[in-house]
Amino acid sequence: MKALAASRRHRLAPVLLVLLALLATGVVYSMIAPAPKAVAEAANADDIATGEALFVANCATCHGINAQGGPAGPSLIGVGAAAVDFQVSSGRMPMSSNGPQAPVKPPQFTGEQTAALAAYVASLGPGPSIPTEEMVDPTLGNAAAGMELFRTNCGQCHNAVGAGGALSEGKYAPSLMDTPPSEIYEAMLTGPQSMPVFNDANITPEEKRDVIAYLVAQREPAAGGLTLGGLGPVSEGLWVWVVGIGLLIGSAIWLGAKSS
Amino acid sequence: MSSKQTPAQGAGVGVRGRDSGTLERFENPGLHPHKPRQADINASAAKRAERQAVTLFAISALASVGAVVGYFMIPLDQTVASVRLSNLTLGVGLGLGMLGFGLAAVHWAKTLMSDVERIDERHDQRGSDETRAEAVQLLKDGAADSGIARRPLLKGAVVGALALAPLPFIVPLVGNLGGDWDVSKLRHTAWRKGRRLAIDPTDTPIRAADVTVGSIFSVMPEGLSEEEHYLEEKAKAVVVLVRVDPRELDENAEHADWAYDGILAFSKICTHVGCPVALYEQQTHHLLCPCHQSTFDVTDGAKVVFGPAKRPLPQLPIAVDDEGYLVAQGDFDEPVGPSFWERLK
Amino acid sequence: MSTSTPARAAGATADFLDTRIGASKLVKEFARKIFPDHWSFLLGEIALYSFIVLLLSGTFLTMFFVPSMAEIHYPEDALPVTMQGVQMSEAFASTLKLSFAVKGGLLMRQIHHWAALMFMAAIVTHMLRIFFTGAFRKPRELNWIVGFLLMVLGLVAGFTGYSLPDDVLSGNGLRITDGITKGVPIIGSYASFLIFGGEFPGVDIIPRMFTAHILVVPGLILALVAVHLMLVVVHKHTQYPGPGRTNKNVVGFPLFPVYMAKAGGFFFIVFGVLALMGATMSINAVWNYGPYDPSPVSAGAQPDWYMLFLEGSLRMMPGQAEFVVGGFTVPLNVIIPAMIVPGILLGALALYPFIEAIATGDKREHHVLDRPRNVPFRTAFGVAVLAELIMLALAGSNDLIATHFSLSINDITNTFRVLFFVLPVVTFWITKRICLGLQRRDREIVLHGRETGTIIRMATGEYVEVHKPLDDFERWTLVGYEAPRPREIEPAEDSRGVRRKGYRLDSFKAALSRVFYEDRIEPVTPAELAAAHSHGEHDMLPGGTDNVEPTALAGSGQDTGHTS
Repeated sequence: MKALAASRRHRLAPVLLVLLALLATGVVYSMIAPAPKAVAEAANADDIATGEALFVANCATCHGINAQGGPAGPSLIGVGAAAVDFQVSSGRMPMSSNGPQAPVKPPQFTGEQTAALAAYVASLGPGPSIPTEEMVDPTLGNAAAGMELFRTNCGQCHNAVGAGGALSEGKYAPSLMDTPPSEIYEAMLTGPQSMPVFNDANITPEEKRDVIAYLVAQREPAAGGLTLGGLGPVSEGLWVWVVGIGLLIGSAIWLGAKSS
Repeated sequence: MSSKQTPAQGAGVGVRGRDSGTLERFENPGLHPHKPRQADINASAAKRAERQAVTLFAISALASVGAVVGYFMIPLDQTVASVRLSNLTLGVGLGLGMLGFGLAAVHWAKTLMSDVERIDERHDQRGSDETRAEAVQLLKDGAADSGIARRPLLKGAVVGALALAPLPFIVPLVGNLGGDWDVSKLRHTAWRKGRRLAIDPTDTPIRAADVTVGSIFSVMPEGLSEEEHYLEEKAKAVVVLVRVDPRELDENAEHADWAYDGILAFSKICTHVGCPVALYEQQTHHLLCPCHQSTFDVTDGAKVVFGPAKRPLPQLPIAVDDEGYLVAQGDFDEPVGPSFWERLK
Repeated sequence: MSTSTPARAAGATADFLDTRIGASKLVKEFARKIFPDHWSFLLGEIALYSFIVLLLSGTFLTMFFVPSMAEIHYPEDALPVTMQGVQMSEAFASTLKLSFAVKGGLLMRQIHHWAALMFMAAIVTHMLRIFFTGAFRKPRELNWIVGFLLMVLGLVAGFTGYSLPDDVLSGNGLRITDGITKGVPIIGSYASFLIFGGEFPGVDIIPRMFTAHILVVPGLILALVAVHLMLVVVHKHTQYPGPGRTNKNVVGFPLFPVYMAKAGGFFFIVFGVLALMGATMSINAVWNYGPYDPSPVSAGAQPDWYMLFLEGSLRMMPGQAEFVVGGFTVPLNVIIPAMIVPGILLGALALYPFIEAIATGDKREHHVLDRPRNVPFRTAFGVAVLAELIMLALAGSNDLIATHFSLSINDITNTFRVLFFVLPVVTFWITKRICLGLQRRDREIVLHGRETGTIIRMATGEYVEVHKPLDDFERWTLVGYEAPRPREIEPAEDSRGVRRKGYRLDSFKAALSRVFYEDRIEPVTPAELAAAHSHGEHDMLPGGTDNVEPTALAGSGQDTGHTS
């Protein structure tokens, strides 16, 4: 017992306790937080008929057998191929778990399957179609014009450089740092989930390409060094405490310690 | 527990108990005996410490030279990469130049300069009684000499004149700082009856048909950017335009006629402290302020549903002109933005 | 004679200076001034050195910055590409130019901003050290106030500087300032006009803040730094409790050469770390936000870290508090979080030395610091205020907490609303208990020695752990403190039953004193130690008796270098 008592008073004991507490917090958190689940693979085909078969097998539970919508999912009549391409190729659909919103995950369908699904949904009613390569080519856009559009229409949710931000009740605007240009275009056009629609009257197709050019320009390495997540003053403040004050207090301790 | 050290006052006191001869408190044992360092007793350790300090000084010198060389060798050639390289080279050179010098100096002090602790005596801040008496006498003599106590009129004149003297400086300063001081400007915006709504920043007028359900437009008065005091006017006049399914709106609401077929225009300036309320969740029809998270429900007259704002966002009454473009029915019927004292007067 | 020439030159210079300004007296007075050695005494130096770096890098920046709100178009061929041809103020354009077209300009900007964040961080840690060790006690109360004013000026300097580039982020910060100003009862809208020279944003605010940022505020800071340091010289530095340290002396190393090398070297270390941060870590890249325009705003719109507590306070406040009285609007939903809460927290901080002096009733000078555990009330109070400020700063980052930990921003805000009231109470209570526990453990160690981990078997078969008694030096650090007792007051009525004057004030002081000092642990007395030894002989077993002979060394500290 004395040995146990002694080890309990070891000088590293508080450190160990803190580590254990952190571990316990992590375990509890991982049990509370929603965890993504695996989703079954689907079959393979490339015309409207195969698209319909895929739809019935994977989407109809929520969106209804004729895509007319249901209690768990909205109607897809008239949403267009662009909406399907966005939702499916970013992995958001099929949705795998109940959460405030559908998160990005590895896509569940191949490109051909996605195209088939898009073709099927597009056949149900007129809606926005998938943009061509040229429409989303960042090298054809004007990054400066894109900057003005982005900060007026997008930055309030997605942050100034597209690093993402919080919405209400656990919803969020995702980071756009790795989003493919076609998905950026489709998102503006279709307004997925909480995001409002930015139709071609509001932001013209050329302007949408400018926005893409701006976001792609943000992915270049920053002039000043590490970007620290592009999150602004909070992360800068965190770093000045961790790195700056940390290093200087370390130096001060060395300075004040007696040389051996 | 006997000690040769004179017992000091305060925290270091050894107080004898009143009744017994025993100590009531421990006595300060005096300084710990000095333990020599390696460098004090071992010549080669001292030599090693000296070499280490010299190496650090040398690193510092090389880094400083490197930074200057980098300044001349790295041109800024209109690429971000060149700015990045220049910044890195100059910064690392400057940083290591400074850091090396500092580490060397401290290492030198720690290892080679004496580490025998020394003692300075302290003296009370308070002057001795004689000094204090002398000071008091000096002041009394001076005051008596000036005659301030005997001549009350003089005293009053000094105080009065001194109090007024700064005014010729302060009044023009403060008087000019506020410009024309016309705070009634806070009540009006650039919106007029019939003025078209235009997209910010492209200044394109908006047709009602272009505003589809679920979309949001950031809007300012058409042609505003050509006007005087553009930013001041824009800071009051910016509006967000949303369209919701008309079935979600209460037709009997007080200002039902301020909307046009489900299209609603609200001031973009938060009624809390004035951030642009630009964040729109189209599924919940909530407008959020990204600064302090005040949340407004556009289907319910932009009333506050969460956060630090109290008042709904002011609504801009809109209509459609002959060509199908959205226009204002008039100005807002209340001041936009944060609350101020005489807001409702 | 090559060796004597420099010596002769030095001698001539010294003679020149001495005969003009009496340099020899200054050298005699200051060269061997003693400074105690401890890492926590360098926190204030980090602040001072950061300030010097701020002056140097700031001077560089003023050579290229144009404090004007005149609108221009950024050149079509200049970096960064996202700004080409965009309409902006000259202030913003010159910030871009000095970052992208001036060699070393970006580095100086980044060093300047990192140094500003470091300056405030160092001031706060320095204040924490002063507070928790009781260094603000008599005679240093005035210097605490000077330091407090320096912190406030640091906030002003930081805020005015943050707003100078005229970007969207800082512009929205100014807009919030405008909104808060307008909320002040009666004079609000006029005060806003006063600041902005008319309606927000106007064209005056950047030039005005420039003057404040580079002249008025740094001038005041420099003057107060001079007062701050002068008072350190007048009072001589405090020292941690330990053998040989008393309220009548200061133990340490001489200014020349040891502290000159250590403190001087530390300046270069601070500069070096800041330069390396400026070289490798991007900070406040204003071209990401774009030039100010009243319409846009970005997610993650926050001020620099030292203003976050204010931001959190604003975010947390429910809006219902605004009301109208007699037709006049009183936005308490702004006034409470932006003025009253910070006013109370900062006011309590500024006045604490005087409040504690009343509770203690102690008129002596204190130069030996407290170990925080030995003053449980103060330590607990400080931790509670600190916890509240940290919580407010976190509330100011609630959107980033929400996205990074997949939580609902509404839940976070509601949680913080509860914590605002609960957290100070809980942290106060826990800290006080921890302090008292640590004091009890100190008593244990003094009475029974340190555990050695060595178990021995007694002749009787009993197993005991060998405890090593403390030597005189170790023990002194643990027993040298005083545990103030609550003030006792004279009775309300004297022997003749006459109610005396000032009784109410005295009883208030006594009540305050009880709050501070009701719970306390007295240091071990020699009698208690002797009693403990006579009970537990096993403490004194072989293996535990290699302590030094007290009498032989007790006075040795006296002989080492007296300088005065």
